[in-house]
Amino acid sequence: MRHGKYPFVAGFLFLPVLLYVTFVIYPTLRTFYISMTAWRGFSVAPKWIGFDNYKQLFDDDRFWQAITHHLELLVALPLITIAVALFFAFLLNVGGGSKGGVRTGVWGSKFYRVVFFLPQVLAIAIVGVMFQTVYRPDNTGLVNGVLTKLGFDPVALLVNKNTALWAIMFVAIWQAIGFYVVLFSAGMSSIPAEIYEAAELDGATRASLFFRVTLPLLWDTIQVAWVYLGIAAFDFFALINVLAQDGGYGGPDGATTTLATELYYAASKSKLGYASAIGVVLFFLTLTFAALTLRVTKRETIEY
Amino acid sequence: MSNSPSELSRRTVLRRAAVAGALAVPAVSFLAACSDDDKGGDGGTVAKTPTNPFGMKEDATVEVVIFDGGYGQKYATDGLEPNFKAAWPKATVKHTATQDITALVQPRFQGGNPPEFVNNSGTKSMDFGALVADDQLADLTELWDAPSVDDPNKKVRDTVFAGTVEAGSFNGKPFVLYYVSTVFGIWHSDKLFKDNGWEAPKDWAGFLALCEKIKAKGITPYGYAGANAAYYQWNVILTQAAKIGGGDVLKNIDNLEDGAWTNEAVVKAATAWGTLASKGYINPAFEGLKHTEVQLQQNQYKLAMYPSGDWLEGEQAATTPKDFVYQLAPVPAYDGSDKLSPAAVRSAAGEGYFVSKSAASKAGGLEFMRQMLSKKSARAFTEITEAHAPTVVAGASDGFAFPAGVKSSQAALAAAGKDVVTLFFDGWYQDLDKEARAATNELMFGRIDGKAWAERIQKKADAIKKDASITKFKR
Repeated sequence: MRHGKYPFVAGFLFLPVLLYVTFVIYPTLRTFYISMTAWRGFSVAPKWIGFDNYKQLFDDDRFWQAITHHLELLVALPLITIAVALFFAFLLNVGGGSKGGVRTGVWGSKFYRVVFFLPQVLAIAIVGVMFQTVYRPDNTGLVNGVLTKLGFDPVALLVNKNTALWAIMFVAIWQAIGFYVVLFSAGMSSIPAEIYEAAELDGATRASLFFRVTLPLLWDTIQVAWVYLGIAAFDFFALINVLAQDGGYGGPDGATTTLATELYYAASKSKLGYASAIGVVLFFLTLTFAALTLRVTKRETIEY
Repeated sequence: MSNSPSELSRRTVLRRAAVAGALAVPAVSFLAACSDDDKGGDGGTVAKTPTNPFGMKEDATVEVVIFDGGYGQKYATDGLEPNFKAAWPKATVKHTATQDITALVQPRFQGGNPPEFVNNSGTKSMDFGALVADDQLADLTELWDAPSVDDPNKKVRDTVFAGTVEAGSFNGKPFVLYYVSTVFGIWHSDKLFKDNGWEAPKDWAGFLALCEKIKAKGITPYGYAGANAAYYQWNVILTQAAKIGGGDVLKNIDNLEDGAWTNEAVVKAATAWGTLASKGYINPAFEGLKHTEVQLQQNQYKLAMYPSGDWLEGEQAATTPKDFVYQLAPVPAYDGSDKLSPAAVRSAAGEGYFVSKSAASKAGGLEFMRQMLSKKSARAFTEITEAHAPTVVAGASDGFAFPAGVKSSQAALAAAGKDVVTLFFDGWYQDLDKEARAATNELMFGRIDGKAWAERIQKKADAIKKDASITKFKR
């Protein structure tokens, strides 16, 4: 071992570790501490109250409403987004048959690629404001403008407790699909053409190409997508803040609330200990989810 | 070649690192911040004199934070601040304006060097109850007992409208100056009403009869914005409840008395308003609209009556047709057996300002506040703000040509005489306000009745009363 290796390595690591400790480790530990206190965020020192914030949290109906919504989001958001994105990516990359031994997408795929990706470049707040107009419950909204012209009654998607969460989730899916189409396209382009060629020679249809070749070879990428979308389901906040009833506070009547929404409002009411407790719960939920997903979806990776 | 589960490929490691980073940062870290201990202190004062009642150093620096919302910031930069400078030429005013008061001011409290003078307002304002509970605000008793700028023989408290000191008091101690005098009621267009020969209704039967006539014209009779302004409507219900049962009905609600919400008068008023939906007097789409969208519909003569405070006229200035002419009518009485007169209105001092207790120059903050309560500064506020809002300073806007809407609200306030009601629970207990808003949408769009509405809010009020961690206030 060469002399001076450790100072050299330590020199490299010092700055990143310092940054990580300052901006991630310390705030995280501090949040754990604050969650055990009653603190309003002023210069008065936090008062230790043990697990009282957690007790209050678990007694709160809105907390359980939020958990239910996270479970719905956790299932629906990744499932729908990945399914649709995979389908589009398949059509864009390999769905058009082969030309001179190279797989191509359907006609106009270059144009669609841009169209699908467009929502992704819009800031989430802009998307939210845009959909305020789309969903507006009178005939000046896009959806209801069309419906009333066709002679139907206007629908109040964001006002109805049964549709509000789905209406907001639709916006998230609409926005996310573009990114995952690109992600899956990248994955598909690294699948060797010979495999498709061999499968086609054996008489495989497009459907079996998709399910027997593309899907298994893309498994790693899909797994990454699942984890990302799962985390997005836990961090779901911005769209609710812009679109939901009750001035963004997860309305109507908590029908669209999430933990991040509850956290934000607790913090804005100077209940910082309580808000931190929600943050800690969210932290463990996300951690558990990520660990579970990586374990459950573990498969043998095919290398080529 | 494939790797066994126990081996980590480079990709897996990177992926896990990315996941760990992605979840750790947004979920938790943004809440944490450090708090210093209370630095406190008055930052040096000089001897107190009648012209310098708080002993402010002549060359003090006063940091003024203004909420740049409905009233803008021009009234401060062109009115209050030059007037303060005229009185104290050696002092320095450090002006800041923002729409996000919490983000700007809360870290300063944590750091122990809060700004002297803060206009704590807007949706991102700090919770006054929390500020008071943690003893962050300067006690304004000293200010109210100080000699006023205009007449040194008169105390400041005697130059403002009755109720101003109480409005900003917490358990009897004044901490907040509410500067703007606000009158609440139901607004209509004078043109629309005159063209159709309609008159503002006096009682509930008259209100329903008018709604029927308006509906026949193809105009939505009444409405408020459910998406973000449901409190405009609980305000109407509670004002009517006060007319039925007297001002104590609201006092009991503020004081979290048992059964205050399920009181007969409150249920009676809620039941009455809850019937509008089934009669088709309210547009169901309003539940999903924001206040600006509903107010615009009124300007377009699609909606006849809209409940709000008298900032409405200024807020809508850009979209109001020239001949629209806003007029305020008091919330309709119930019937002849009401305890208060039909002219009764809810009026409150609004737009809160405070002085930080541990600011470098607390005396400077108090002096700035004393100066803004002079007739000259108060009049400047009324003249410069777009709403031309009258302040709590008595006589400051005498002879000022108010626009039609504010003129009508001032007339309504005068007509109400001693039957002026007020309520504070929404500022004291924000959770109760949230519950009342949600319940009010349920009521007004026809999903629950008045009794269920009252019981639901009562349940929340009881829970707050029992919760020892919430600081309670009485009036």
